[in-house]
Formats: sequence, structure tokens, C-alpha cells
Amino acid sequence: MALVQSNTCVSPGIYKMTVDFTGAVKPGQFFMLRAWDKDPLLSRPISVHNYEPGKLTFLYQVVGKGTEILSQLQSNDDVTIQGPYGNGFPEITGDLCVVGGGIGTAPLYYLVRHYQKQNPAGKCRVYLGFRDIAYGADAFAALADEVVLDVGGIITHKLTVLPGETVVTCGPEIMMAAVASAVPAEHAVYVSLEAHMACGIGACLGCTCETRSGNKKVCKDGPVFGREEVFNV
Amino acid sequence: MSDYLETKFNDILFKNPVIPASGTFGFGREYEAFYDLAKLGGLCSKGLTLEPKSGNTGMRLWETPAGLMNSIGLENPGIDAFIEKEWPHLKNIDTVTIVNVGGKDEESYLTAIEKLNTIDAQLIELNISCPNVKAGGMAYGIKATTAGDITKKVVDISRHPIMVKLSPNGEAVADIARACEAAGAQGISLINTLQGMAIDYRKKAVVFDNLYAGLSGPAVKPVALRMTHQVCQAVKIPVMAMGGISDWKDALEFIMAGATCIQIGTINFNNPMAPIEIIEGLKAYCIKEGLANIGEVRGIV
Repeated sequence: MALVQSNTCVSPGIYKMTVDFTGAVKPGQFFMLRAWDKDPLLSRPISVHNYEPGKLTFLYQVVGKGTEILSQLQSNDDVTIQGPYGNGFPEITGDLCVVGGGIGTAPLYYLVRHYQKQNPAGKCRVYLGFRDIAYGADAFAALADEVVLDVGGIITHKLTVLPGETVVTCGPEIMMAAVASAVPAEHAVYVSLEAHMACGIGACLGCTCETRSGNKKVCKDGPVFGREEVFNV
Repeated sequence: MSDYLETKFNDILFKNPVIPASGTFGFGREYEAFYDLAKLGGLCSKGLTLEPKSGNTGMRLWETPAGLMNSIGLENPGIDAFIEKEWPHLKNIDTVTIVNVGGKDEESYLTAIEKLNTIDAQLIELNISCPNVKAGGMAYGIKATTAGDITKKVVDISRHPIMVKLSPNGEAVADIARACEAAGAQGISLINTLQGMAIDYRKKAVVFDNLYAGLSGPAVKPVALRMTHQVCQAVKIPVMAMGGISDWKDALEFIMAGATCIQIGTINFNNPMAPIEIIEGLKAYCIKEGLANIGEVRGIV
């Protein structure tokens, strides 16, 4: 159980919630959230948008009953959180290029913050694509060396990867697949997958995905995979 | 018996009657981060088949009000890999170990059972009730004659006691239970998931690649409780009951309906501590009601 510090609407259907939490949290990991009894039955896997000791932040989209209930939580309400779960993004050295689409931009913010702390001299460029309304771009602009924003188009059309960059992408699967095939082979590309999950810890086998090395669990073996693991590139 | 929750299932002594259900608990490893598995009455393996299975394609989970539909399709590493990689870990946990076995045909069941004769599991749960596989699975479990037939063949070659896991999707469940008992089964477990269907109206398509899927969770509890009661009235062998149990009160209801042990399934997904909370709740109930053992309320309704 965690106490909600704040929960605000940042764009139509998009909410940012900060809760009390202190622990080891890696960028790219997620928590299972619930604030209801048995309907809906399952908890909701939500990625970490930002973390500092005592403050764990989620940026999430209202898509169904569970996230609707989450969006109605007020300061000082209780929310059950389990985690952090998942492997998270690898530690990145060299320069970083992130490509986010829609609510897939959520985990990339904490990644960029963490990367800059670990690599004070590293360069970080950010591509953000949204279907109709952008959100969170200012926060990225305050951190990154460059932010390329696209609304209503196809972000991968604007994507140019620079020598020495590692690419990290999170967003609609079709966008990540396009990134995976567009980026030249000499760059490492990591993708963060989304899946329906029941347990979040690797027990239910509901989020299984096919990879080059057999079935993997998105929740436990992922959600972050190398592009060659999950896409035909 | 000195302890409030000690339970005998035939001559197998369980420290308590609470066992996580097959398919909701992996091989236990994922839950070791939450508690000591030796606190459980027993452990039941993920459903195993002779050959490894990669499971079903497409969507595997779909929520319903207070329920969960799944179409995992018995994804598992196969019996050999289980014996080599998982059994050495499981056997060292101080609790009763149950191995769940499914099959696509008679030969695959029997070969799997023979391989399991090489390990010291305490009980085999014979899965003739999985609704999510194309071959075998539920096909054996929906008729008393076929259920009795496969049970007899398995009992004849297994050195372990056989508990048959029944489907709620077939003929009268009490008839199937009686056929299994007559064939030499030493226990019955029930219910496996209820077969259901989901349609995504926006896509104008069925949700699951396998068309139908299995429904579990609190939504199925009244059906599971009724079937448990019917089977407990019909057979003398012990029954391990499950279906939507999410707290100690639910567990108690199944025991009052006649179940010797209970299995905890879907609720593990939203509360990993559920089995431990249920054990503690049952113990507190015994103390409050002045029971020396939980068995005093077994089958009272």
C-alpha cells in the first residue's frame, strides 16, 4: 500500500500520479497497481515515469476500468503497488537516442534522467511522436540536448541516428518495429514491449512473446529486449 | 492432531489444507520472493506434458467482471526438463509436492507417468480437463467413460497416487468423479476452468486464437462450490477443491462443502500473499470457534 501524493490530468486522458515509495527502481521497470477489490480482477502494469527516494511517479493513459479508477484517486488516498518488476533498460554508455510514441514516452523520461546522471558528458537526443496532442515534451526539453517532436505524423520519418548512439524505443508496436528496421545494424536498439499481464512476476504465462531464443515473458524476461530478439531485422 | 490445520489426504499429511493451484504458481520460484514456500500445505506444478509446449498464439488473457479468461494452452518445458531443472529445487522444499500432468493422447499420458515414476513426488494431479488445447486436454474429462478409462490406465502404471482434476464442462460431474474413483483414483480435484468465449465488438472478431478459453476467478465460485458439494457427496476418496477462492472465508465454504484440501488459483495474480493470508485466516477461525482442527467443520453442509 502506498499513499498518493498527487494525481493530476496533464492532457486529455493522460494522468500523472506520484506516490510514496523508496527502494531500488531502475528505468524501464514497472509496478502492478490496483485501487479496487475484485472488479476489475487484475492489477494494472504501469511503467515508472520518474523516481527519486520517497517519490515514485507514473504517467498513464486511461484506457479502461482500472485506469479510470486510478485516475480518480486523490492525494492521501491509498493505492496498492507491487514492484518494481521487469528487467529495465540496460546501463547505456556512449550517446543515447530515445524514440517514444504516445504513452510509450512515459518510461523514457526516467531513462533520460538516469542516463544523464551516469553519463555527464554523454549526449542525449529525444524523438517524441503523438497522434493528436503532445504532452511531456517540455520536461524532455529541459533535460535533453535535442528534442524532435511530431504530432499527427510518423516519427520514424524524422529519425536520424548519429554515430555512437544507442537507440531506445517505447511506443506502439508498429512504431518500434519501424525503428528496429530503420536504424543501421551498428547501433544497439532496445525496445520496451507492452502486454496484457495477470501476475507481473512470471507465473501466469499470459504475456509470453515469441523471441529468437524461444518464448519469453514480457513481465520478467522483459519488458526490454534487444531489437533482434523480438523483431525480424 | 495437534495443529489446527493439519490435514490428511488419504495417508498424505499436509501441514495445512492450502495449496496453490496448477498454472497460477509456475514451479513456485516466482513466489519465493514473497514468502517461504514451506509455509504452504503443498505445491502443485504448472501443468506438464510429455513434450515441451510453447502454448497458444495471440491474446492469452481477457478480464470479465470479477473473472479472468485465459488461453495459455499448457505452455510448459516438458517432463524431462521439469525433472532435470525444476524437480531438484521443488523436492527440497519442506511441503507436499504434487505434479500436474496433461496429455494429448493415451500414449503421451502414459509415457509421462512412467517418467514421473523416477521421482519422489507425493501425488500426481491428472489433468483431463484443460479446455485450452486442441488435442487431449478436456476431451478425456467430459465423459465418465473416457475419464474412467484413462484414469485406470494411469493408475495401473503409476507408482504415485493419482488425483484426477475434473472439468466443469462435461457430463454430470458426480458421475465422472464416481467413474474415476471406480478406476482407482485416490483423489479428485476440481474445478478446472469453465469454458467461455470473448468477442471484441470493435474488431468484429473473437478475442482468442483458440476460439474458446477458460474462465476462472471469483466469478466462478458459486459453480465450483456446487460441484464440490456434489462430488463430495458422490465419492469416498478425498477432494481438493478450487474455483474462485480469494480469502479464508471462501476456503472455509469449500471445506464445509466437504473438501479435504483447497487450491488457490487466480487470486495469486492480484495478491501474491493470498495463500498465506488464507492459512492464517483459517487458523484464526479455528481458535475463535474453539475447534481443535479445521476438519471438525468439514462436510457439515
